[in-house]
Amino acid sequence: MSAAFLLKRLLGAVPLLLAISLLLFVIVHLAPGGPLDVYVDNPSVTPEALRQLRIGYGLDRPLPVQYLLWLKSMLEGAWGYSIRTGRPVTQEIIERLPATLLLGGTALALSLAIALPVGVLTAALRRSGVDRVLTFLSFSGISIPVFWLALMLQLLLSIKLGWLPAAGYETIGASGVRDRLAHLVMPALVLSLATIASWSRFLRSSLIDVLEQDYIRTAFAKGHSFAGVILRHALRNALIPVVTVISLDLASVISGAVITETVFAWPGIGRLFVESMDGRDYPVLMGLMMLGSVALILANLLADLVYAAIDPRIRYE
Amino acid sequence: MSDAHRTAWVSLVFLMALALSVVVVPWISPYTYDLQDLELIGQPIGPDRAHWFGTDELGQDSLTRVFFGGRISLAVGLASALVATLVGTTIGALAGFFGGRVDTALMRLTDVVLSIPLLPLVLLLSGLLRPGLPMLVLTIGGLTWMATARVVRSQFLTLRELEFVTAARALGAGSGRLIIRHMLPNALAPITVSATLAVGSSIMLESALSFLGFGVQPPTPTWGNLLNAASPWIGAAPWLALPPGILIFATVLAVNFLGDGLRDALESKD
Repeated sequence: MSAAFLLKRLLGAVPLLLAISLLLFVIVHLAPGGPLDVYVDNPSVTPEALRQLRIGYGLDRPLPVQYLLWLKSMLEGAWGYSIRTGRPVTQEIIERLPATLLLGGTALALSLAIALPVGVLTAALRRSGVDRVLTFLSFSGISIPVFWLALMLQLLLSIKLGWLPAAGYETIGASGVRDRLAHLVMPALVLSLATIASWSRFLRSSLIDVLEQDYIRTAFAKGHSFAGVILRHALRNALIPVVTVISLDLASVISGAVITETVFAWPGIGRLFVESMDGRDYPVLMGLMMLGSVALILANLLADLVYAAIDPRIRYE
Repeated sequence: MSDAHRTAWVSLVFLMALALSVVVVPWISPYTYDLQDLELIGQPIGPDRAHWFGTDELGQDSLTRVFFGGRISLAVGLASALVATLVGTTIGALAGFFGGRVDTALMRLTDVVLSIPLLPLVLLLSGLLRPGLPMLVLTIGGLTWMATARVVRSQFLTLRELEFVTAARALGAGSGRLIIRHMLPNALAPITVSATLAVGSSIMLESALSFLGFGVQPPTPTWGNLLNAASPWIGAAPWLALPPGILIFATVLAVNFLGDGLRDALESKD
């Protein structure tokens, strides 16, 4: 893989991002009821003040001008000011990022730690009772609505048993690792369930494909043990497509988990998104959508790079 | 009969039974979905003989609302999947059939939509537009067609090179006739599978939207907004949150099993 390829892919992302930004801008600005709608019924905001606000936010200019101004300031790193709080969008997002990264990172680690062994186990014990039970569970993991699972866990583990705090990031006044961990357990579990299910399914089918190949039969014929063949010979090749899937899912670590963060009142950027929806806070919404899109595009690129790095047969021009 | 076959059949029977019960519920239930028992207003009441699933804080019968909610949830799921399948098939077929610039343009479009995080995008659209049911269906279907488009495109790329297509073309068949009469029937198996799976993801997406308060608005019940209404009462009245959640779970699970079984049955020849 060459530096030229990397450069080409990075440059290719530019028109993609421009198209996305235009699309998002049109969506947000064609919607009925502007961001200042919230002030219209507020008696303490005079029509004159409303007009000043419109001019202040640039909402009186023609849409194409608004778009170009917005794009220019996005590129300069000035993502505008939140309509709800009046603070810079970048500051709002940066403040919320650590919570999202902590939750996403934990969920990711949890997913890897569970999905890889489950995938290997179900492929090795194909069509056994263990495989059937775990397969059923992974179908369930993909099919269960996360918000309902979250509610049920809150009901069971917090309200009925009192083991864990129902929601939030930390207990006010309390500090320390124990308190943080207790708050982290349920959201991380809920967030990782879908990835555990899908990654283990991918690994299972990929490993089953590899196990049918001739070089595996050769390895068995040479007298290697079952576990030895799987771990030393089959797993390396089986992981190639799985690593791609994992790389793609990395984007969600950055773009946040809207549902999980909302149900557990986790102060990350997923919850910031829902809060901004309630206030029609366009600058924050646009910033978050762009951040999420950049994360997705980078994850795509990463998937290609990792694919090439672990499979010497792949050569990008 | 294989495992996947049996599971798929059980799933199909479950889904048919569920569809039947949500269709007939107005004739069977003694309540309407928005009928309020004024004596029960104030807080949720637990299950009893008159209200098997209890009532909510507005004095509405929970069982009736769950099945009326199923009507909306299933209808939105099916209709959105239909939209996604139509759009995806059209785009995939055109891209795969014509190739070249048409292909590049359509696949770029697919890339753009795929590069925006789905749930936030759907939330943004439905939150800003506050759509009624038809717009909600168009929004969900209009943003979930990409997987189908890619599958159909790759099918068409293969089919295009086959001899029967060349033969039909030599006999004077035009592009439209080639696509619809000759190639599309050969791509029906993967389209059916992805349409089935789309029903499950649409139901999930609609309930997530309604759960967050940006989908279908009360008093019209859907499984998602029933859960939204039940969540503040989760400690005091857990019976409100159980049925809608279990039904979303069971429905999506059944749809996924059905899709898996169909894939097994339809695509095993190649």
